[in-house]
Amino acid sequence: MSAQTFQTIAPRPAPVQTEGVLAWVKSNLFNDWKTALGTAVIGAVLLALLPPLYRWAIANAVWVADSDVCHAASGACWGVVREKFRFIIFGRYPFEEHWRALLSTTVLLALIITSCIRACWKPWLAAMWVAGLALYFCLMRGGVLGLPRVDTDLWSGLPLTILLASLSMTMAFPIALCIALGRRSGMPAIRSLCTVYVELIRGVPLISVLFMASFMFPLLMPQGFSIDVLVRVLAGITLFAAAYMAEVIRGGLQAIPKGQIEAAATLGLSYWQTQRKIVLPQALAMVVPGVMNSFISTFKDTSLVAIVSLYELTGAMGMAMNADANWRPFRIEGYLFIALIYFVFCFSMSRYSLWIEKQVNKSKLR
Amino acid sequence: MSEPIITFNKVNKWYGNSFHVLRDIDLTVQQGERIVICGPSGSGKSTLIRCINRLEEHQQGHLVVDGVELTDDVKAIDDVRKKVGMVFQQFNLFPHLTVLENLTLSPMWVGKMPKKEAEEKAMEQLKRVRIAEQAHKYPLQLSGGQQQRVAIARALCLKPKIMLFDEPTSALDPEMIKEVLDVMIEMASQGITMICVTHEMGFAKAVADRVIFMDQGQIVEQNNPHDFFNHPQSERSRDFLSKILGH
Repeated sequence: MSAQTFQTIAPRPAPVQTEGVLAWVKSNLFNDWKTALGTAVIGAVLLALLPPLYRWAIANAVWVADSDVCHAASGACWGVVREKFRFIIFGRYPFEEHWRALLSTTVLLALIITSCIRACWKPWLAAMWVAGLALYFCLMRGGVLGLPRVDTDLWSGLPLTILLASLSMTMAFPIALCIALGRRSGMPAIRSLCTVYVELIRGVPLISVLFMASFMFPLLMPQGFSIDVLVRVLAGITLFAAAYMAEVIRGGLQAIPKGQIEAAATLGLSYWQTQRKIVLPQALAMVVPGVMNSFISTFKDTSLVAIVSLYELTGAMGMAMNADANWRPFRIEGYLFIALIYFVFCFSMSRYSLWIEKQVNKSKLR
Repeated sequence: MSEPIITFNKVNKWYGNSFHVLRDIDLTVQQGERIVICGPSGSGKSTLIRCINRLEEHQQGHLVVDGVELTDDVKAIDDVRKKVGMVFQQFNLFPHLTVLENLTLSPMWVGKMPKKEAEEKAMEQLKRVRIAEQAHKYPLQLSGGQQQRVAIARALCLKPKIMLFDEPTSALDPEMIKEVLDVMIEMASQGITMICVTHEMGFAKAVADRVIFMDQGQIVEQNNPHDFFNHPQSERSRDFLSKILGH
């Protein structure tokens, strides 16, 4: 073996820049002529759109709540939001009692957020929901503890949106589970009943379900018997959402290999034990994106209750604008404002769904 | 030998109207007997053993397992399943549960055993199949051979009188087959009744009391392994053996 002589290798510069802003721009925006062309086109469109948007939304915008200044200005009138803020958010709920709507909605939101945290999925959560909802209805409806009574037809704005969405989602989910299991049941009567339900509900638009709930249903009831319109509408949305969600869940159930059920059977598990311990945990983990889709669309579908004279966020916004001729021209700004509110809720839901997906799929990590 | 633990009496089964998958099966299995069933694919071997714990139902004849006749009676089926463990070709472990949870599930929920006790028993079984160190992993994090050993341990947790194996090594890479067979051979020495559908003829020679050869839904031939391999009686079993031993 020959003796090795050590030779220093002179340092050389790195071949191509692989880090830093410039390298990122090069590899992501101008990698070849097609990307470069795309970048150029999109850049041109942005250059054309952004400056006027900036002038309208910020530079020339009016921030004070003065309709004369707004009429004179060429930009957006954000003052309308400042002026109508409480009417947009709380709608027809009595002005002096707004604090009650705010407080009870905060309670409801706190319940929802607590329920989203995995460490809180304990039996006491159910008790908290019962207590929280009782508190909610006492505060909102009043008539107790010296609070003036506010009937449900005055409940409106964002509190109503959140109430309708959260209650219909939490009630629709267990119903959807049962329907999905029912459609795969071995018993023909249950199977066809569930199929008819899904097909019937999916066959009509939500608007007609709401019409049925609010106008037709009372006609079919005996004299002197009435159910609160809010309850009827809530039931309508719930049953509607459940039908769609049931199909999403059924998709997950169908993806569970037959061997899983056979293995459970050989271990002596009953039908319900098999569903609860083996099938549903795996099926639901698969359908998180689809179920969240249903949730988000239910949240937005609540805006349809305006047609049966319940003024949730969108309805309250329309009412606040129409009531005042001075501010009526600035409804675009108002709609952008509530669009932002909807976005915040829907975006949080979709981020939450991503987090849940990661949680439930931990067992698939190698 | 004592009382038979499994009796097939003129058992027939069809898939749909036309496919006669089991034809006049007569078979008696003694307590503690170790049986290997082989035969070409589609010959009804898997269906036969899946009838024993009623994953498949037979349409004619009588099938009695440990004194209980299998009918539509759900209670009888539950009874039988408590005594019969099964290992599948595709393992069928529950991927969302850890290895330990896979093992304790049935003792805790069906056997109403306290968690701590169930876990202790499960660890014993995992040690027995030499995989205790993987107890807190998820099934998909294990190799195929390890998964199949977990599946065997899971079935053993129920303290079954009878173990059914449905091609337990067919989905495994060659180098993993041995680790599973070793566990099965060790089990065979402990007096449990075993019925194993397999093409591992080495295993059959080593542990089987009887080899059953099936073709087209019928039991064509049954004999002790020595005679079956050295002097097969029927044309079809000779043909089959030449194919699987010939390479």
